[in-house]
Amino acid sequence: MCRMMAAFALLMLLALPAAHAVQPDEIMSDPAREARARELSRELRCMVCQNQSIDDSDAPLARDLRLLVRERIAAGDSNSQVLDFLVARYGEFVLLKPRFERQTLLLWLLAPLLLLGGGLALWLQIRRRAKTGADAPAPPLTAEEEARLAALMSDEAKSS
Amino acid sequence: MIAESGHYALVLALGLALIQSIVPLIGARLADAALMNVARSTALAQLLFVGASFLALVMLHVNSDFSVANVYENSHSMKPLLYKITGVWGNHEGSMLLWVSILALFGGLVAAFGNNLPLSLRAHVLAVQAWIASAFYLFILVTSNPFLRIANPPIEGRDLNPVLQDIGLAVHPPMLYLGYVGFSISFSFAIAALMEGRIDAAWARWVRPWTLVAWIFLTLGIAMGSYWAYYELGWGGWWFWDPVENASLMPWLAGTALLHSALVMEKRNALKVWTILLSILTFSLSLLGTFLVRSGVITSVHAFATDPTRGVFILLILCLFIGGSLSLFAGRATSLKQGGLFAPISREGALVLNNLLLTVACAVVLFGTLYPLAMEMLADFKMSVGAPFYNLTFAPLFALLLLAVPFGPMLAWKRGDLLGVMQRLLAAGVAGLVAIAIAWGWASGGATLAPLAIGLGVFVIAGAITDIVERTGLVRVPFATALHRARGLPRSAWGTAFAHAGLGVALIGIVCETTWNSEHIATMKQNDVAHIAGYDVKLDGLFQRQGPNYREMIAEFKISRDGEAISVMTPSKRSFTTRGSSTTEAALLTRGASQLYISLGDANADGAIAVRIYHKPLVLLIWWGPVLMAFGGMLSLSDRRLRVGAPKPARAKQRLQPAE
Repeated sequence: MCRMMAAFALLMLLALPAAHAVQPDEIMSDPAREARARELSRELRCMVCQNQSIDDSDAPLARDLRLLVRERIAAGDSNSQVLDFLVARYGEFVLLKPRFERQTLLLWLLAPLLLLGGGLALWLQIRRRAKTGADAPAPPLTAEEEARLAALMSDEAKSS
Repeated sequence: MIAESGHYALVLALGLALIQSIVPLIGARLADAALMNVARSTALAQLLFVGASFLALVMLHVNSDFSVANVYENSHSMKPLLYKITGVWGNHEGSMLLWVSILALFGGLVAAFGNNLPLSLRAHVLAVQAWIASAFYLFILVTSNPFLRIANPPIEGRDLNPVLQDIGLAVHPPMLYLGYVGFSISFSFAIAALMEGRIDAAWARWVRPWTLVAWIFLTLGIAMGSYWAYYELGWGGWWFWDPVENASLMPWLAGTALLHSALVMEKRNALKVWTILLSILTFSLSLLGTFLVRSGVITSVHAFATDPTRGVFILLILCLFIGGSLSLFAGRATSLKQGGLFAPISREGALVLNNLLLTVACAVVLFGTLYPLAMEMLADFKMSVGAPFYNLTFAPLFALLLLAVPFGPMLAWKRGDLLGVMQRLLAAGVAGLVAIAIAWGWASGGATLAPLAIGLGVFVIAGAITDIVERTGLVRVPFATALHRARGLPRSAWGTAFAHAGLGVALIGIVCETTWNSEHIATMKQNDVAHIAGYDVKLDGLFQRQGPNYREMIAEFKISRDGEAISVMTPSKRSFTTRGSSTTEAALLTRGASQLYISLGDANADGAIAVRIYHKPLVLLIWWGPVLMAFGGMLSLSDRRLRVGAPKPARAKQRLQPAE
C-alpha cells in the first residue's frame, strides 16, 4: 500500500508541470463566494503534491477538493466550517497552515521563543562583559607572521 | 571505454582524497613542510581526475551511449545538444558527480591561490576538504554510480523529464551547487581553526572572500530557480515554500549571517566563537539540503523507507560531519579568546541584531521543513506546513530585519549614536512614508499591509542611497568633490549599498505581485477578446508544430491597449512522446518591470481552449533584487582590502619587487 502511495505521489509529481489549477468551469457565479473559495483554496494542501495548495495544483484530486470547497460554500458554510469539514475528512494534513494545538505548539512558538531567548542571552552577555571590562589582548604574532607583516608593510610603502 | 575511464578516474580521485585526508595532518603535527605541501598537489590532481570523470559522463551523454544506464534513463538521441549536456546533472547520479566536481574545484582553487595562507592552516583546510570529498566519492561509487552499464543496450533512451529541458534549469543547479559547496571552504577553515586552536582577524579576512563567492552564486542560483518555476510551471507562482526550496534558502540565510559576523570579526576581533559556529552551521545546512533533496525523504517518508540505501548513506555523512564538527566546536570553542568590546548601540550591535534575526528566520524555515517529518515519524501525526504558516512567522522577522538594515552601515563601530543616525535617515524615512501614502491612495483601501511593506522597501532603498550620499557628502560639498570622494570610496561600501537596496527592490516586487496581481481564467474561442489590466487580449488562432523531440500546440494572441496593437504572444503546450508527458510554455510580455503572462490549459473538442491570463505588476523586481544583491557582492569582492585574502594581485606585486 505504502509503495503504491509513493508511486502514485511520484506520478502526480511528474504530472505537475502541466498544472493549470482553477479551470474555467469551476468558477462560481457569485464573485464574492468565488473569492472566498480562492482564499480557502490557498490554505488547503493538494495531498498528492509537494506542498502545493489546491489553488495551484492541477492534480485531479486538487480539482475534486476545489469543487468540494465550492460545494460547501454554496451550501452556506462559513470559512471555518469548510475547513472543519475537510479536516474531518482528510485530517490535519490538508491544512497548509497548521492549527495551534498541542502537537504544533513548538512549531508556532519557536520564533518568539528564540527571539526572546537570543535577546536575553545577548543582554546577559553584554552585562557580564561590561562588568569584567578589559579588552582581551590580541595573541602575539608568530615569527612567521612577523616576517610576513614586515614584507607586506614594505610592499605597501613602496607601492604608495 | 569512456564510461570505464570515467569510473576509474573517480576511484583514483577517491584514493587521492584519502591521502589528502591524512598526510597533511601528519605533516602539520611534525611541522614537516614537505608533508604539508602534499595537500596542494593532491588537491590539484583530484580536480584533474574528477574533472576527467565529469567530462567522461558529458561525452557519454553527448554521444547518446545508451549502454550506460544513466544515459539511457535520462537522454534521447533526438534531444537538442544543449539539453544532452545539461541532462548530465538533471538526474541523481549526474548531479552528485557535479557536486563533487565543484567541491574539487574549490579545493583546487584554495590549493592554487592559497599561497599566502600559513602553511599549516592550508594543510588543515585542504585535509578537511578531503574528508568531505572522500565521503561523497564513496557515496557516489557505492550507491549512485553514473557509469553503470546495461547488459543489453536499448536502441533509444527514455529522455529527460521535459520540465528540465529548459535553459533555466540548465544553469540553475551548477549555480546552486557553487553556492552550497562553496560554503564548504568556510567550514574547512572553521574546523582547521578549531584544530589549530588559533583564530584571529586574519582568519576572517581569508574566509570572507570565499564565503562571499559562495553567497553570490547561491543568491543567483535561488533567484534563477524561482524565475524558472515562475515561467515554466504555468501558473506564475515563484516561491512555494516546498522543502526543496527551503533546503536552498536555509544555507542562504545562515550564509548571509556569516558574511556579516565575519565582518565584525575581521574589523573588531569580536564574535569569534559565533562566526566559527555559523561557518559550521551554514555548511551543515548545505549538507542537510543535499540530504533532503537526494534521499527522497521529502517526497514522502514512505518513498525513503522503500529504498533507504542512499538516504541512510547521506544521513551517515550528515551525522558524521555535523556531529563531529559540533563536538569539536563544543570542546574547543571555550579556549578561543573573545576580543573587541562594544556598546549595544554600535555597528557591531547592529550586526549582532542582523545575526539574531537571520538565525531565527533560518530556524523557522528549518522547523517548518522538518517538523512535519518528525511528527509523522514520532507521533504518527500527519500535518503540513505551507505558505500561510511562513507568511505569519517568517515575514514579520524579515520586516524587522529590513527596518534595521538602513541603520547598520551608518552606525559607528564600538559606540554608535542612534539619534544622530535617525536624523540622517530622516529623508529616507520621509520617502518611505510618502510611498506608503501614495500606495494607500492608489490602492484606495484594500489590503492594509501592502502599502506599509512598500513603504518599508522604499525606506531600505532610500537608506542605502543615504549612506552613499553621507559618505560622499553629496549635499554639503561641491559636486566635483563628492564625485571624487565617490570614486575613492571603498568598493565594499558600494557593495553594501547595492546589496541592501536589492533587498528593498525585491520586497517591493514581492508585495506588488502578491497584492495587485490580476487574473483572467476563461475558455476562449477564436477571435474572443479578454480584458485584463487595460490590455485587450485577442485569440487569433491555434496551430500545431513539430519540435525536435516534442509536438506542440501554439495559440496566437494579439495584445493591444486602447486599440493600439502592442505585440503578439504565443504560449504553447508541448507533448513529449517518449515520456508521454507535457509541459506548458507560458508566453511573457514584459512592459517595464511588469509582465503579462498567458498559459494554456486543455483544448475542447469544439476548438475552444482554456486560457489563464495574468497581469503581474512589477513582478520582475522580485528577481532584479537578488541580481542587485549579487552585484553588490561582486563589488565587495573586488575591494582591494579583500585581495589580501584572495592573493593574486598581491603576488603579482611581489614578483615586481623581488627584494624582500
